[in-house]
Amino acid sequence: MKVAVCIKQVPETPTLEIDPQTNTLIRARGKMIINPFDMYALEEGIRLKEQYGGQATAISMGPPEAQEALREAIAFGIDNAIILSDPILDDCDTLATSYVLAKAIDKLGQPDIIICGRQTTDGDTGQVAPQLAEWLGLPFASYVSKIEEVREGRMRLQRMVDSGHQVIEMPLPAVISVVKEINLPRLPSLRGLMQSKKAPIPTWSARDLAVDASKVGLVGSATKVKMVFFPQREGGSELLQGSPESQVDQLLEKLREAKVI
Amino acid sequence: MEYFLNEQQKTIKSLARRIAEERILPARAELDEKEEFPWEIIKALADADMFRVFIAEEYEGLGGGCFDLCLVIEELSRACGGIAISYAADALGCLPLIHHGTEEQKEKYLPDVASGARLTAFALTESTAGSDASKIRTSATLEGSHYLLNGTKQFITNGGEAEIYTVIAMTDPAKGSRGSSAFVVEKNTLGFSFGKKEKKMGIRSSATRELVFRDCRIPQENLIGREGQGFIIAVRMIDRSRPGVAAQAVGIAQGALEAAVDYARQRVQFDHPISSFQAVQHMLANMATELEAARALVYAVAKTVDSGAKDYAEEAAMAKVFASDVAMKVTEDAMQIFGGVGYMRDYPVEKMMRDAKITQIYEGTNQVLRNAIALEVLKRKARRE
Repeated sequence: MKVAVCIKQVPETPTLEIDPQTNTLIRARGKMIINPFDMYALEEGIRLKEQYGGQATAISMGPPEAQEALREAIAFGIDNAIILSDPILDDCDTLATSYVLAKAIDKLGQPDIIICGRQTTDGDTGQVAPQLAEWLGLPFASYVSKIEEVREGRMRLQRMVDSGHQVIEMPLPAVISVVKEINLPRLPSLRGLMQSKKAPIPTWSARDLAVDASKVGLVGSATKVKMVFFPQREGGSELLQGSPESQVDQLLEKLREAKVI
Repeated sequence: MEYFLNEQQKTIKSLARRIAEERILPARAELDEKEEFPWEIIKALADADMFRVFIAEEYEGLGGGCFDLCLVIEELSRACGGIAISYAADALGCLPLIHHGTEEQKEKYLPDVASGARLTAFALTESTAGSDASKIRTSATLEGSHYLLNGTKQFITNGGEAEIYTVIAMTDPAKGSRGSSAFVVEKNTLGFSFGKKEKKMGIRSSATRELVFRDCRIPQENLIGREGQGFIIAVRMIDRSRPGVAAQAVGIAQGALEAAVDYARQRVQFDHPISSFQAVQHMLANMATELEAARALVYAVAKTVDSGAKDYAEEAAMAKVFASDVAMKVTEDAMQIFGGVGYMRDYPVEKMMRDAKITQIYEGTNQVLRNAIALEVLKRKARRE
């Protein structure tokens, strides 16, 4: 079985900062990690490979530094990793990103299962996986919480839906996005870590991928970010003074004023 | 302090720390309370290749030495001394096979040790033979092509949980300590059972148990080394594993120091964090200084062992004595800084103090080791070195 896992390197959440000029994330600062949801995608990819045999490949589009995320993926047990990196791929929105990923999947040769995390912790859209399926013309299942069985070109799985779990069967190849309920990601191994330091990670450029320049970068992005800001926290706190009884009276008065009671 | 770790050692240390923080920290209090063997964590250590660290590459290990092993033990002990000793006892259990085993014995057992599929344990102590290990009574009698083992081993770490046991038994009681031999005995051998599971003060998640041999028949090829070498094998192996116990002590002390610093910064009395009081600051300063001195000594001794030195009994004893005394002192001071809450089991330092105590007792009491150190010091003078 051939499995492809799409991962993204994201800032560790507390260090998130946004450039007020371009309204895009400032990536240069702070610690970068594998998008937490992608850890579950990697684990599931490695488990599928271990159970059914074959190979698991991790793909990431990003700046050259995103290689570190791919090395970590190898340390966990991923067989190969490819980075999609090219200055003209900067500033891609989800549509343009999923287009580039689809071109990479094509170049890789059709995998049986393509796994993504449900969403990233930086962009937070959850759009890349379904868009990728659309570009590839493949069936898609989101919020997958369990892969029950893969057999004879079909896959039975559980999805998390508002009302509970949905069991579906879909033909392969297919794209899925997974939730954290699907597994407990393993720790890297020493042999994996040592191997990952030496592993070659090829870079595929826009030219290698034969992408249409009008479909990538800011030009190819359907999303135009008008403004990104941290909401101002309004209001504040007030300490009531006096005896407990008078504080209760004051509190009741304020709640009445606010028409809460 | 810069200890000039190589790439592999840095990787080993940081992964061991990650396992300690992600898997051991959340589980340690409950495992201690329930006196439960940490199988899930042992499995995580195995998956992470930690049991490969001390096994040679030809037996599917990573070929690390005493120093690499000490780094792992220290990092695990920083979170829990009990879980760390289950790991460290495995390294001790297979040492007789590594250094005195035949090629067949190594091929049969070491790959399983490296993968973590089977744990090992070392069995020397008996009720009549503690510091005076020559007084063991367990016997091994050759009958045809088999040895017949009879006797009871006491306080065996990993007892009951391990599957491979290296056991010291008397083959010729008339010769005293020169009449003992080392054997490998597998769990589930007929006549080999487990006795009392000890209830301990500290390192409570580790298994400490009696091994009972009643006409236990093992094939002759299970003899490690030659007949009569048992005592010398035991002494040499414990010399070699002693820096590991010292590393356990350093790790426990490190955990206690960090806990004390965090608490001192956050605990406010007389309108100031207690870390601003000089009395507390001087305690922290002494703890940090003595701990670093212990670490430097342990690392230096581990590197001496790895350099291929023939005899390092004195150095290994020094590391164990010094580091374990420091661990006791540092954990006690950590509790003092915590004050009343430190005495409560809701906070981690009382466990650290309980765990630290054993490091002064096992693998040679600090008293018996001081005798050994003094003997070397005086012998040198006599030899006019």
